[in-house]
Amino acid sequence: MVIGLEVHIELKTATKIFCSCPTAFGAEPNTQCCPVCTGMPGTLPVLNGQVVRYAVRMGLATGCAIAHRSKLDRKNYFYPDLPKAYQISQYDLPLCRDGHLDITDESGETKRIGITRIHIEEDAGKLVHTDEGTLIDCNRCGVPLIEVVSEPDIRSAREAKAYLQKLRAAALYTGISDCRMNEGSMRCDVNLSVRRRGETALGVRTEMKNLAGFQYVVKAIEYEFARQVKAIEAGEAIVQETRRFDPSSGKTYSMRGKEDAEDYRYFPDPDLVPVEVSEALIEEIRAEIPPLPDERKAAYTEKYGLSPYAAEQICMTRELADCFEAAAVCTDYPVLAANLLLGDVLRLAGAEETPIPIAPKRLGEVAQMLGEGKLNSGGGRRLIEALWERDLDPAAYAQAEGIGQISDEKALSAWAAEALAECPGAAADYRRGKTAACQALIGRAMKKSGGRANPVRLGELIEAALQEE
Amino acid sequence: MKKLTLWSACALSEALGKREVSAVEAARAYLDEIARRDGEIHAYLTVTEEEALAAAQAADKARGCGEALSPLAGVPVALKDNLCTKGIRTTCASRMLENFIPPYDSAVVEQLYAARAVPLGKVNMDEFAMGSSTENSAFFPTRNPADPSRVPGGSSGGSAAAVAAGEAALAIGSDTGGSIRQPAAFCGVVGMKPTYGLVSRYGLVAFASSLDQIGPLARTAADCALAMNVLAGHDRRDATSLCAPKEDYLAGLDAGVGGLRIALPKEYFGEGIQPAVKDAVLAAARRFEAMGAKVGEVSFPTLDDALPAYYVLSSAEASSNLARFDGVRYGRRSAEARDIAELYRRSRSEGFGAEVKRRILLGTFVLSAGYADAYYKQALRARTLIARDFADIFQNYDIILSPVAPTTAYRLGEKTADPMQMYLGDVYTVPVNIAGLPAVSLPCGKDEEGLPVGMQLIGPALGEKRLLQAAHAFQTERGVEQ
Repeated sequence: MVIGLEVHIELKTATKIFCSCPTAFGAEPNTQCCPVCTGMPGTLPVLNGQVVRYAVRMGLATGCAIAHRSKLDRKNYFYPDLPKAYQISQYDLPLCRDGHLDITDESGETKRIGITRIHIEEDAGKLVHTDEGTLIDCNRCGVPLIEVVSEPDIRSAREAKAYLQKLRAAALYTGISDCRMNEGSMRCDVNLSVRRRGETALGVRTEMKNLAGFQYVVKAIEYEFARQVKAIEAGEAIVQETRRFDPSSGKTYSMRGKEDAEDYRYFPDPDLVPVEVSEALIEEIRAEIPPLPDERKAAYTEKYGLSPYAAEQICMTRELADCFEAAAVCTDYPVLAANLLLGDVLRLAGAEETPIPIAPKRLGEVAQMLGEGKLNSGGGRRLIEALWERDLDPAAYAQAEGIGQISDEKALSAWAAEALAECPGAAADYRRGKTAACQALIGRAMKKSGGRANPVRLGELIEAALQEE
Repeated sequence: MKKLTLWSACALSEALGKREVSAVEAARAYLDEIARRDGEIHAYLTVTEEEALAAAQAADKARGCGEALSPLAGVPVALKDNLCTKGIRTTCASRMLENFIPPYDSAVVEQLYAARAVPLGKVNMDEFAMGSSTENSAFFPTRNPADPSRVPGGSSGGSAAAVAAGEAALAIGSDTGGSIRQPAAFCGVVGMKPTYGLVSRYGLVAFASSLDQIGPLARTAADCALAMNVLAGHDRRDATSLCAPKEDYLAGLDAGVGGLRIALPKEYFGEGIQPAVKDAVLAAARRFEAMGAKVGEVSFPTLDDALPAYYVLSSAEASSNLARFDGVRYGRRSAEARDIAELYRRSRSEGFGAEVKRRILLGTFVLSAGYADAYYKQALRARTLIARDFADIFQNYDIILSPVAPTTAYRLGEKTADPMQMYLGDVYTVPVNIAGLPAVSLPCGKDEEGLPVGMQLIGPALGEKRLLQAAHAFQTERGVEQ
């Protein structure tokens, strides 16, 4: 499977790309537009300099070469959400090109994904379908976007997701976008083809447009891969076409074929002048860029002993990384702090990525208790849940709520013995090689402790008892 | 004394300044003249009597209060109907925009209002400025005041006719391939196409963005200078607007032409030119010589490439610029469409006239995959070469003198059957737009039927002042023809 991604990221400039209308999301329809962004006759676009700066920032953050001179072109097509009947974009001279992002998988392996180009363009409006007919909301017309086009270097859904997460991290760190999926501020087109192992020529590709969520990208890739493989194995040819992914069924459907592909008749927009970016400006923008995920990641593996994968995950957003850094200095167990963040904390934050309300110092304290054996993971989870609701002293709360870990040998032995007595067959199973029997007994004993037993010590006791029998 | 409506704008401005005449009197005189003559001339699409009188009263009041006023204060002006006017219908002489009322004022209209000029109304033109005779107006043709059986030229035919007929003291037009200069020549008035970017295009309904430029039409070169003082200037709403220092075009207008080096490009006097036009322009060259200028013959080898390059570039841009007229948000919407594709098709088929459709088709074709290299990109290359030809000439000369059009005004209907014939009339004017240069068109004689002949003075970028000085010297020497 060969995948290339085209990602649209909405820039968080205060005003639109070619006029001074605000870009805020969620306003009443058609309250954030003017004669320019609604394409009134006679109006002219004027490029917002901040859009260029943000795009250059992203280019520098992804190792791109920045064009000292690029231009804006018109992409001509008719659609009711496109007031001028052309989109101002960049065709053959993009602002940034030849960059890359490195992704790390769970085994710690790093892979480089090439970035062909990053260009700037304007967003279209939104169609609202109602019972009385289709309405047009022009608030989004002219909202600035960058389009990041990857090389076809991606080979799996997992790599695609890792690349998107890394791209998002770069956009978040450089502060150019909020990358809110649910507001459509990061959208992805997937180009996918398959070929037999060992073949070097690319297969015929299909394109899936406007996927607004990493989980949809993964599902769309998985479905489309299976569909193409099945077709080829059945002796059918893959048709180059655009396909729509339906999130509710998880399937892709043919939208239009290559023969219906539009001729966009690109030409340089005569209303605009070339975009000039001097070396001095590039250096000025470079100085605005804070330490990027990869720099922090390296520090986390070296200084705190995190695995490359955990470090990469922690660096996914600036907030998470900042929180980790502040927590790591409050504990002797930074790896446990990272595990808490990536596990319990992210689960609570959910897909909406609610800001983390827990003070990093508290996180460090919980990690410390875990490291010192004063808590087991279940207790850790309960503490994190409590801290999510309000700030409190973890040690005092653990004591008051009775969620501290019990390592007392006498108590542990008693629960182990009870569990063994209740399952007379378990010992025999264990001797026949069923190690799962041991796990079941540990679970049973753990339950008796109200989840508070030290799981490691409990396991040792039960195993010893089984071997004795 | 001459009728007020035949005074030059400068003379009117002076009289207004001395309070010998009030702005309201001037406005009424012009409105009366429009009422009297426009039934025959058909220069106006919309007369804004109310706005004109209100603006005139305001100008008089401001003058009464001793406010420092622009020399244009109280001067009645006609506006080409492709300049957006807030609250006032702006049709581009098209069915497509028959009922379009812009929500904003174009930059030049703002400038004119700020100067307290008096807006008489919106004048006729070829639909979307595509044409050379104003016969492409979707509403009615305008007639040439010099001979009402003839066309006034185009596309700013309404502007030129209004000035020539005494229906406006000044008019604003736009020039994409000669649309100010050629009607000025046909009607016997002065028209100036400024350097590309000198006047803001914000609010001018675009025909071909890289060629369009707004400019004045008036009775004298001095009147054009008066208008340019208000029109020229940087506007940050137009990315192609120049950041040139503000000039006073009236200052030093009397400098004369002593020592001025004038080039006569021989290709401009070749095949297809009406003998009377050639004679009048060459006579003007001799007159300049007699006034102290040095005249020399030069060559402009790319003249033959200019016309095809112009029609490729202007149509390509037009096909994109006019795509927004789709019946969705404003303008004509077909009542019969059942789906969006049909809405586009019907609205555009009903809304656009034949010439506009022809250019959209041509422009779409030359930008299409597989053809863009042979047409659009080739035209861009020609553009570079044409600009170089001008640059070469301006190494040794200050001004180029040429005819404006190969012929004088022709009869209505004479060329409508053959678009190629109509296009050929633009051969002398389009190179200026392609190179973005300034040029003035002014009367230099009459043909055997008494029809005005125009000459064109072309200057290097931002050479407006020199052009106006030369035009003014010629008119002072010869006297302004009526």
